[in-house]
Amino acid sequence: MDFSLNDVQSMLADTVEKFVINDYDFDTRQKYAASDRGYSADVWNTFAELGWTAVPFSEADGGFDGGPIEMMIMMQHFGRGLVVEPYLANIVLAGGVLRREASDAQKERWLQPLIGGELQAALAFIEPQSRYDNANIATAAVADGDDWILNGTKGVVLNGGNADLLIVPARTAGGQTDSDGITLFAVAGDTQGITRNAYPTVDGHQAAEITFTDVRVTGDSVLGEVGAGYQTLSAVVDEGTLAVCAEAVGIMKILTDKTVEYAKSRVQFGVPIASFQALQHRMVDMLTACEQSYSLLLWAAMANADATAEARKAISAIKYQVGTSGKKVGQEAVQLHGGMGVTWELDVAHYFKRLTAICQMFGNADWHLDKLAE
Amino acid sequence: MHVTFTDEEVAFREEVRTAFSDEMPREIRDKQSQGVPLERQDYVKFQKFLHAKGWAGINWPVEYGGTGWTTVQKYIFAEEMANANAPDIITFGLGMVGPVIYTFGSEEQKQRFLPDILASNVWWCQGYSEPGSGSDLASLKTKAELVGDHYVINGTKTWTTLGQHADWIFCLVRTESDVARRQEGISFILVDMKSPGITVKPIITLDGSHEINEIHFENVEVPAGNLVGEQGKGWTYGKVLLQHERTGTARVHATEYRLKKLREQVAESVRGARPLAEDRNFMRKIAAVEVELKALEFTELRTLAAVASGKAPGPESSILKLKGTELQQAVDELCMEAAGYYALPYVPEQYAVDFPVAERVGEGSETKTSLRYFNYRKASIYGGSNEIQKNIVAKHVLGL
Repeated sequence: MDFSLNDVQSMLADTVEKFVINDYDFDTRQKYAASDRGYSADVWNTFAELGWTAVPFSEADGGFDGGPIEMMIMMQHFGRGLVVEPYLANIVLAGGVLRREASDAQKERWLQPLIGGELQAALAFIEPQSRYDNANIATAAVADGDDWILNGTKGVVLNGGNADLLIVPARTAGGQTDSDGITLFAVAGDTQGITRNAYPTVDGHQAAEITFTDVRVTGDSVLGEVGAGYQTLSAVVDEGTLAVCAEAVGIMKILTDKTVEYAKSRVQFGVPIASFQALQHRMVDMLTACEQSYSLLLWAAMANADATAEARKAISAIKYQVGTSGKKVGQEAVQLHGGMGVTWELDVAHYFKRLTAICQMFGNADWHLDKLAE
Repeated sequence: MHVTFTDEEVAFREEVRTAFSDEMPREIRDKQSQGVPLERQDYVKFQKFLHAKGWAGINWPVEYGGTGWTTVQKYIFAEEMANANAPDIITFGLGMVGPVIYTFGSEEQKQRFLPDILASNVWWCQGYSEPGSGSDLASLKTKAELVGDHYVINGTKTWTTLGQHADWIFCLVRTESDVARRQEGISFILVDMKSPGITVKPIITLDGSHEINEIHFENVEVPAGNLVGEQGKGWTYGKVLLQHERTGTARVHATEYRLKKLREQVAESVRGARPLAEDRNFMRKIAAVEVELKALEFTELRTLAAVASGKAPGPESSILKLKGTELQQAVDELCMEAAGYYALPYVPEQYAVDFPVAERVGEGSETKTSLRYFNYRKASIYGGSNEIQKNIVAKHVLGL
């Protein structure tokens, strides 16, 4: 058991923290979020230049062999900065599938430009009816000679509007909710038969509804084995879950700091509201929630880095914790900021919204509690 | 004691139900059912419909054009209104300034203002809060100085809901600053929004909507006759109004209606391998909120009965505000749980009246769930934050 970061990890923490503090203030973030693409292409290039887009990939693929610890470090700071660049969608989700399943040729075509920052990607794993059951896939792929024909609809595809590459889990066998019979396809975004309805999300990110109508792809689009995609999909969604939990913990901490700071300066009835015991206790509860969440985050990241028997359970534990404590901290931060807390102008509202969105993703608190209770 | 209605009350319910289903303006019903936001003219049209039925002054005395309804009739009316998915009654005229004018205003003020409030000819807004004053309302700084036969007002009011639509604003202003208690020297005054020197600046809330405003007064001249009651006694009048406001914010029937809709939604919509309605955990949470709501419904009925017997709503109205807003927010959270990933899309434009329903993202209006959840975080902040309500109950009910 060792809580210390190694030199490389410390350096990564430093550079991401400095970037967020120096180059990513709230007004700048808002400007990026409101732009056409919903993020800054320049910032994305910077991420690539700094090597951040290469972190989780193997050295053989040109990466840094980073794992859950490195992801946790980066995502916490991205949380503090409310970073809207699609790191989760590109690197954690789409990258996670490519890293595991892509052949050399597929890596050459998709993974290299992804790491280079030249390609945008999305993992289209949600369907309008699937809720949090990732095996619930109605989108069908039928073989036609060497080709496959895809039909179906994917919903809330993160970064789906901007993606040049769509990774599409589709059913090639079995019933709609079977985990067997799911195949992963790498589909170029401009393939005929794809229609996208892109939109911003409530947290300042981007997503899309994507319909596949007789979309023909060649046999070399299959990532990994036909019918055996679920395990990878599941593992990648777990990594995504851990990543957003780290982001959430970063947000919870900054919301608690900001609330304490505000309570000290906000005067009502002739005194700072921080002097009211009723409010002090609530801020103590916020802090406790942060500390408990951070502890579970560390456990989950380490258990997954060391691939212990409890790795999967730890992910549900931290996601449940974020789903409950994160909701509480977000709501309390807004409440204690009073009227200001519900204005668009104040960053607190936007932290709250991102935290809320994270609670809705990859299984909410109850869903993960069910997993833990099984 | 009886929990059942008399024959007369059942007949009244039929009358109200039929009116809402047959006579409520069609386009308003359509907008409501499609989740299309209402505009100023829609609210006015709806209230004029109520007025035509003689139902605008629900709580008003008959002599001023009110309904003279019993507590039970008001209860039935509120329930039927919620079940018809009717719009909210904009409270600033009918629920707030109207009662202050008929209680404390001069005969001339009553004749001048009350008929237009009842008929929704004039849209009112509330000028209470100020930047910095927050829940500590008595710290307000907007000044009204008597110069000859008019007051000159300078200052800023904020969080003014729907002020962008308003023809008139009622304000609490400071007329004397050299006072022993800060609650003294505050006056209640009526101001025409067209007066020179008033500017309205929008405040965008976290859900991206424009509902509230900041209103600046720069040397705004107001005839002295627009002062309600006595100069310096505005705090007393304003407090009466706030207690009415707190009673009104419980919104029990509207919350019950939303829960009913949520039950329908989770029974019909299959998300995941089975409908959410088969998830016992989730249904137990709905049931728990329903129990609390039923309790609040009866607490509200008891309060209304006390008011009907001649008592003004007292500090107990704080409990209605507290619990009512907590339950509204609890339902918002349940709706968020039901929406899952479809709480994420931010697509308010798809609820425009001419937007094809088939092209909407998400089922029904589920992508509005998070906007509602975000927006209604205000409920535990406005009308005196819930923390302030607890202070009021501690001090005035428990005597602590």
